[in-house]
Amino acid sequence: MHAVLDVTAVSMNFGGLRALSEVDLQVHSGEIVALIGPNGAGKTTFFNCITSIYTPTEGQVWFTPQKGERTRINGMKPNLVTTLGMARTFQNIRLFKNMSVLENVMIARHCRTKAGIIGALFRPAAVPREEQEIVEQSYALLKYIGLHTYMNEQASSLPYGAQRRLEIARALATEPSLLLLDEPAAGMNPQETEALKHLVLKIRDEMDMAILLIEHDMSMVMSLAERIYVMEYGCLIAQGTPAEVSSDTRVIKAYLGEDAHA
Amino acid sequence: MHALKKSLLISLWFMFLTFPIMVIRVNTIEHTVIWRWNNLILIGIGSFVLSLIWPWALRRREASRAKDSTAQAQVHILDRLAANKNILRTVIVALLALFLAIPLLGTTYQTNILISFLLYVILGLGLNIIVGVAGLLFLGHAAFYAIGAYSYALLSQYFGLGFWLALPLGGLIAALAGLALAFPVLRLRGDYLAIVTLGFGEIVRLVLENWSSLTGGPSGVSNIPRPGLMGMQLDVAQANIYVYYIVLVMAMITIVAVARVKDSRIGRALQALREDEIACQAMGIDRVGVKLMAFSLGTAWAGFAGVIFAAKTTFINPASFTFFESAIILSIVVLGGMGSNLGVILGAAFLVLLPEYMRAFSEYRMILFATAMVLMMVFRPQGLIPARGRIYHVDDPDAHSSNGGQA
Ligand SMILES: Nc1ncnc2c1ncn2[C@@H]1O[C@H](COP(=O)(O)OP(=O)(O)OP(=O)(O)O)[C@@H](O)[C@H]1O
Ligand SMILES: [Mg+2]
Repeated sequence: MHAVLDVTAVSMNFGGLRALSEVDLQVHSGEIVALIGPNGAGKTTFFNCITSIYTPTEGQVWFTPQKGERTRINGMKPNLVTTLGMARTFQNIRLFKNMSVLENVMIARHCRTKAGIIGALFRPAAVPREEQEIVEQSYALLKYIGLHTYMNEQASSLPYGAQRRLEIARALATEPSLLLLDEPAAGMNPQETEALKHLVLKIRDEMDMAILLIEHDMSMVMSLAERIYVMEYGCLIAQGTPAEVSSDTRVIKAYLGEDAHA
Repeated sequence: MHALKKSLLISLWFMFLTFPIMVIRVNTIEHTVIWRWNNLILIGIGSFVLSLIWPWALRRREASRAKDSTAQAQVHILDRLAANKNILRTVIVALLALFLAIPLLGTTYQTNILISFLLYVILGLGLNIIVGVAGLLFLGHAAFYAIGAYSYALLSQYFGLGFWLALPLGGLIAALAGLALAFPVLRLRGDYLAIVTLGFGEIVRLVLENWSSLTGGPSGVSNIPRPGLMGMQLDVAQANIYVYYIVLVMAMITIVAVARVKDSRIGRALQALREDEIACQAMGIDRVGVKLMAFSLGTAWAGFAGVIFAAKTTFINPASFTFFESAIILSIVVLGGMGSNLGVILGAAFLVLLPEYMRAFSEYRMILFATAMVLMMVFRPQGLIPARGRIYHVDDPDAHSSNGGQA
């Protein structure tokens, strides 16, 4: 079991605000790891740092794709990080709203296909073949996630829960070694959350990838994650198995403190 | 009753507002004042009727929109026509036959109008890639039209280059200029991008106007050779017809090429860029590469159109490539329907052919233009023919519902 993701001492400053401070985190292959913490703890910022949407102020992010070498990815272009094998979903859903459900997944095949502008204009035999493959693979993924009946619908017309699942399908289409899920259950009802739990397990087992997940739904975190990292004010305050973390006094204080405010 | 009273008030208000300009005419030479009372009456009646109709039209639109959301079957007639493959094909064949025959039947004047229509189709389709597909608000298209035209004019003047060599070169030069513009504006979006591209357009025009030693300054370049047909000497009318067929073929090539680009891996990346830049990058699309691609793909067509324009008029000067030109091309795209090729063609027909054939109203051209735009934005903001997503079909033996999804 090698570390797919190895983050050492990553910090992120926004002007005077230190959103992340010396965060260390590892995800090993085949693992489901959760990152939890109160609102504004810096979890999404952490995702943005490792996917290179932000460049971390300090620290190193190492990524080892399934069939590839250990690569330092902090400061790399975000599209290259995706091409290497890291895919994510967004907390505030970022689908391509005016495009169809199928096209949303097809776009994600971009980094695994190669037809260029000359191919688009003159359409040599290889290009329509590749297009056909893109359609079929995308459709297969939609079916896997259970959205194939909506393939020609506009993405924005889907119900909320379905949009979250479509984001997962889209991320899977880039063939990642590590899947990052940012609050996938947010806004879902209990049945949908239950189905999502099974989907995440199924993806890990059948597609053989590591999953790092941010989630506020504790029952989901406790039943899915093998290891949990807890973050507060940009610092990691605890890590370990669900049992270890849920008995940690600092974690209890962080969460109870938050509850007391609310 | 309430509505009547309101309309009456509005018409009175309008009569009052327009009184100084529409009724009083002062003749400063003879020192007399003419009172044109019948104008006042016309305005009163006109604004009364309009203000009665206006809320009714708005209500009707709201109603039809509500119906739309409940039952999707209620599609606009234009959409329905565009969706029917058979009708569409017949229309295309008929139009093509008409377009092939027109120069042989019609006058030179008509041929000229159609040439300018087809040029605007090419320009509009090019701009549609940038504005409609990639969602980059671009206000400098005329600059690239100018770059194409001057490429041919200057290359033929200084190096004696022929039309057929200059055509691809003009497109290439315009595409490179598009790239040159794209680099500094990579980070800009929306209004900011619009302002910078507008500025770029003006810069190009000013350079052409002031670099007199190269471009001939405001008086432009004249005696640009018409395209030759295998060494034959054509008279003006014949040459015009020849140019017409060239631009017709070019327009058809543009239509096919743009449709192919839109419906390709690159085209999808462009649309993704329009929808959400961050998600687009997170899906592994190189944002910079795709933006550069959008600009150069769009401006190349302006370059082609420019070369043909120069060959047609045999005389060009910077005054042909003002901001007004960019605005017309953008209007064609917006009016026709962003991202929709058929829409752009209709938009070009609307904005180029109508003013030509309605010369009688030429004084009111800008007013009609503006009125049409306002009406469009209120009643059909998505354009005459909005872009429709492609419907995909997948053979899936164990899911009959797959084609049943109400698309
Ligand atoms: N681009 C930015 N510029 C400035 N500050 C930012 C930026 N992005 C995030 N922050 C700040 O960083 C802190 C962490 O935000 P972040 O979104 O990472 O929290 P989170 O843990 O994901 O919270 P939630 O559970 O609500 O999603 C917040 O105080 C936020 O205001
Ligand atoms: Mg967050």
